[in-house]
Amino acid sequence: MEHVIEVRNLRKSYGQTVAVDDISFQVGRGEIFAVVGPNGAGKTTTVESIIGLRKPDSGAVSVLGLDPQREGFKLRERIGVQLQQAAIADRLKVWEALDLFAAFYPHTVSQENLLEQWGLTEKRNTAFAKLSGGQKQRLFIALALLNDPEVVFLDELTTGLDPQARRNTWDMVREIRERGKTVMLVTHFMDEAEYLADRVAIIDGGQLIALDTPQALIAGLNQESRVHFTTTNGFDPASLRQIEGVSSVQRDGNLVTVFGSEPLMARVATRLAESHVLPSDLRQERTTLEDVFLARTGRALRN
Amino acid sequence: MKPFIKLTTTELKLYFREPVGLFFTLAFPLILLLIFGSAFGNDPTPMFGGFGSVDVSVPGYIGLMIGTAGLIGLPIGLATYRDQGILRRFRAAPVHPLLILGAQIVVHLMLVLVGVAMLMIVGKLLFDLQLPANLVAVIAATLFAGVAFSAVSFVIAGLVSSARVAQAVGMALLLPMLFLAGSAMPRETLPEGMQRIGDFLPLTYVVELIKDLWQGNGWNVTALIVLTAILGIGLLLSTRTFRWE
Repeated sequence: MEHVIEVRNLRKSYGQTVAVDDISFQVGRGEIFAVVGPNGAGKTTTVESIIGLRKPDSGAVSVLGLDPQREGFKLRERIGVQLQQAAIADRLKVWEALDLFAAFYPHTVSQENLLEQWGLTEKRNTAFAKLSGGQKQRLFIALALLNDPEVVFLDELTTGLDPQARRNTWDMVREIRERGKTVMLVTHFMDEAEYLADRVAIIDGGQLIALDTPQALIAGLNQESRVHFTTTNGFDPASLRQIEGVSSVQRDGNLVTVFGSEPLMARVATRLAESHVLPSDLRQERTTLEDVFLARTGRALRN
Repeated sequence: MKPFIKLTTTELKLYFREPVGLFFTLAFPLILLLIFGSAFGNDPTPMFGGFGSVDVSVPGYIGLMIGTAGLIGLPIGLATYRDQGILRRFRAAPVHPLLILGAQIVVHLMLVLVGVAMLMIVGKLLFDLQLPANLVAVIAATLFAGVAFSAVSFVIAGLVSSARVAQAVGMALLLPMLFLAGSAMPRETLPEGMQRIGDFLPLTYVVELIKDLWQGNGWNVTALIVLTAILGIGLLLSTRTFRWE
């Protein structure tokens, strides 16, 4: 696969604080590549070094074959960026923002189409300050796509959005990839990375602690499956231990958790049906990237 | 050139959507002209070297506009752009950030020039203001002083933590100069001691430079040297103090 981003031994400190500590990875063309980790892990510093807004202390960065430090201007003509804590003037209208930024690029896509695609046509005469959080994010995405970029950087895209707007934004990110663009996604939401990314780099304390596809990272945990249900009719879950593959059964009040190997769900359901226990909330708990983070760092992502 | 023109026209549009800034820069001097002009008239006075009260006041009002733009309008504008992350968004685009700051300066200077024209027209029509002996030189001096004060605005914007603080600092700096630098009222009307305080205020030299050209006395070399020094020191300091975010 052709690499559009190459990061080698990137290191950056602010005074005594090491923000990025010897990180290396490559991003292939057409990938959605997610950088995930808790707040303060060094994600934004990594991205800002890649697009040339920060000067690394050491290491090498190459994007589309360009050096972001020496050829930052040329690079920014070919990439699209949505930064955390960035804004445009409060009183600037949506169409004016696109019109203004279009003046900075030699080639741009149709602004009308962008407005249409990102559902902003009706808001074209609305001032930035009057937009909702979701509309602002859509405008930032539109601005990031204005120059038909080859690589799009999206930093904490869904922070502060309600669940509905988050879902919509996720669809948009997939749409961007479907248009043949490489997407580098920075997020502290593990579910976002798991849902969207082809590959995930987990960063913690400035270090790269895991890098693979979400499926491989999760499978690599070799974690037992878990099945939950609640029971109220005096059913003794101890009998479930006799099921093939089950390693342990826990009971917490009415909540029963069964641990074991696959196919756990089907076996537990069968045994329950045989015992005439028909819980309405039988469910399998999936192993997620959250669990991967927990396993690798020994602590939960959100404290 | 295209990005710069687009930035400047956009800034201009935004400025007109923010009427408070417009009022301070343009309306305040005009109100002073109307009040003091109506109160004291513009008859030739020995105290003003044979010029009228309005004749000597108008260069002061121009200084006032430069002071307002450089000490209040621009620092607030720059600090706002930094605090809200607007400069950050621009930096992610292929545009030199100095263009953005330059556009803000150009917009403020354009407004000052509009103010100069306004003062001249109203002054002439209502109070028979004596127009400048050398209009081109007056405009050049206005622009030069405006650029020098813009450098000061970079220093202020770099030192303050927010736009709100910028406003407070700007006011604190401008207020004494309003009265002691001959901008809101001619220095000749002040007691001798207070006139001397003006010698230490940068805005005094803006007013002196413009007034001398207005009255046909040529370029005031002392004022030129002081303003050049302010420009140089301002630029030097701002490279150390200015922060993009």
